[in-house]
Amino acid sequence: MSTPVAVQPLPRGRVARLVGRRLRDWIPALVVLVVVLVGWQEAYRVLAIKQFLLPKPSAIGSTFWDNRSELLHAGWLTFQEAVGGFAIGSGLGILVALALARWRFVGRAMMPYAIAANAVPIIAFAPIANAWFGDFSKASKIAIAAVLCFFPVMVNTLRGLTSVKPQSLELMRSYAAGEVEIFRRVRIPTALPFMFTALKVASVLAMIGAIVAEYFGGSFSDLGTLIRSQYQVFAYEDAWAGILVACAFGIAFYLAIGLLERLVLRWQPSTSE
Amino acid sequence: MSVVVLEGISKQFGRGGTTAVQGIDLEIDEREFVSLIGPSGCGKSTLLRIIGDLIEPSSGKAVVNGKTARQARVQRDYGIVFQDAVLYDWRNVTKNIALPLELAGWSRKRRQDRVREMMELVELGDFGSHYPWQLSGGMQQRVSIARALSFDPPLLLMDEPFGALDEMTRERLNLELLRIWEQSGSTIVFVTHSIAEAVFLSTRVVVMSSRPGRITDVIPIELPQPRTAVTREQPRFFELVTRVREALHLGAELDRAAAEATG
Repeated sequence: MSTPVAVQPLPRGRVARLVGRRLRDWIPALVVLVVVLVGWQEAYRVLAIKQFLLPKPSAIGSTFWDNRSELLHAGWLTFQEAVGGFAIGSGLGILVALALARWRFVGRAMMPYAIAANAVPIIAFAPIANAWFGDFSKASKIAIAAVLCFFPVMVNTLRGLTSVKPQSLELMRSYAAGEVEIFRRVRIPTALPFMFTALKVASVLAMIGAIVAEYFGGSFSDLGTLIRSQYQVFAYEDAWAGILVACAFGIAFYLAIGLLERLVLRWQPSTSE
Repeated sequence: MSVVVLEGISKQFGRGGTTAVQGIDLEIDEREFVSLIGPSGCGKSTLLRIIGDLIEPSSGKAVVNGKTARQARVQRDYGIVFQDAVLYDWRNVTKNIALPLELAGWSRKRRQDRVREMMELVELGDFGSHYPWQLSGGMQQRVSIARALSFDPPLLLMDEPFGALDEMTRERLNLELLRIWEQSGSTIVFVTHSIAEAVFLSTRVVVMSSRPGRITDVIPIELPQPRTAVTREQPRFFELVTRVREALHLGAELDRAAAEATG
């Protein structure tokens, strides 16, 4: 027999140990976090920073705790918009990529406009979207998030769909496989790692897009409006607490997509270790 | 009956571009093991792909299993093995072997039985649930061969299948390929760079030369069957290796003469 494998598949029932290892991996990052927070807190004494320029972490923390239900509610609203935009933008991105990979002439016709759309400054587009869909509707926020998600997902998915090795295609041809079979069994699986990379980027972009759109007019209980209005009344701790919540939801979204990636791409060496 | 009949096959890439092969006539009978050998760029891989209808010839006729090459491909009359194993990373060994069976619409039960049979044939042991990245190059090529033979095609096309393997693995797989050829009863067309490999495996060696690719010699290899490790040490084996080497050199000289005449 040939040389046996170097790496065995992960045996089942070792989840606890895996989690333990994950925690150990996180320790350095946690140490950095603690050092930064302590340094930040102490810097006020040493450097005499003005509270309104940069509130103390402890002040942000206690503000968050006092207003946690309002903040989390706002975050949840914004998160829903981000998820909606993400789903629409990424979904369209994947569909367009499939069409472009299937019919090259579509690609030649559409690509310049896709690139142009990506170059539109999103901040300038946000008020326009609000005008189209209504200031207080969720639709305008979803639209902005979708626009931000579309391009990276489309480009990466297309890249994946077209990076199939020529011999893989010859093999499928030798089996007399049709175009649909080739997409289903070769192109799409090949594209999945590319697609997930883009989806992770898009998850964060969706959250940013939703908040930007809210900045230019949103219901009074969402995160963008909350951060803006707190700044206007000089409640900086509250604004910072809002940013903290936005980050937390963004990270949660990112991690959720990462988890999905692990589940879907179980065959990959980097994800099964 | 002839499994492969090529008549006056020529292939030009692009309009007025390079001529890959020219005026190829070749007939391959059932149960033959024919090697195509020649220098890089002599069009041996192109010829193999014309037989498999992966490339269309510019002129000439390719008949496979009594049908046009296209019909033969559509009816899955051949299996193909490349130098690179071309396994799908997201499928484990079992599922890679089962791929052509899925495409042919076999039931799950029938697929499982056949895959088990194939794994035994190529001696893959219990590596069925392993993914390609967990296998050595030799193991990957076994999977590739099992996949090509899984639907029991009458013809097996092999494009330098052992070219990327080390000498030891290569010699072992050569022996295994001969055993598989015996057991499966298929006809094999085998592209290789290696003279020794061609002589050891084949019933006939087709020598090609380049620019344009054409057949310069066809050498029958009448070494006794079945061939074993001892075959490589017999004087007759060395004589045939020398014979093929000389044919290759003669072809190369013809190339040079042709180049000088035109240049």
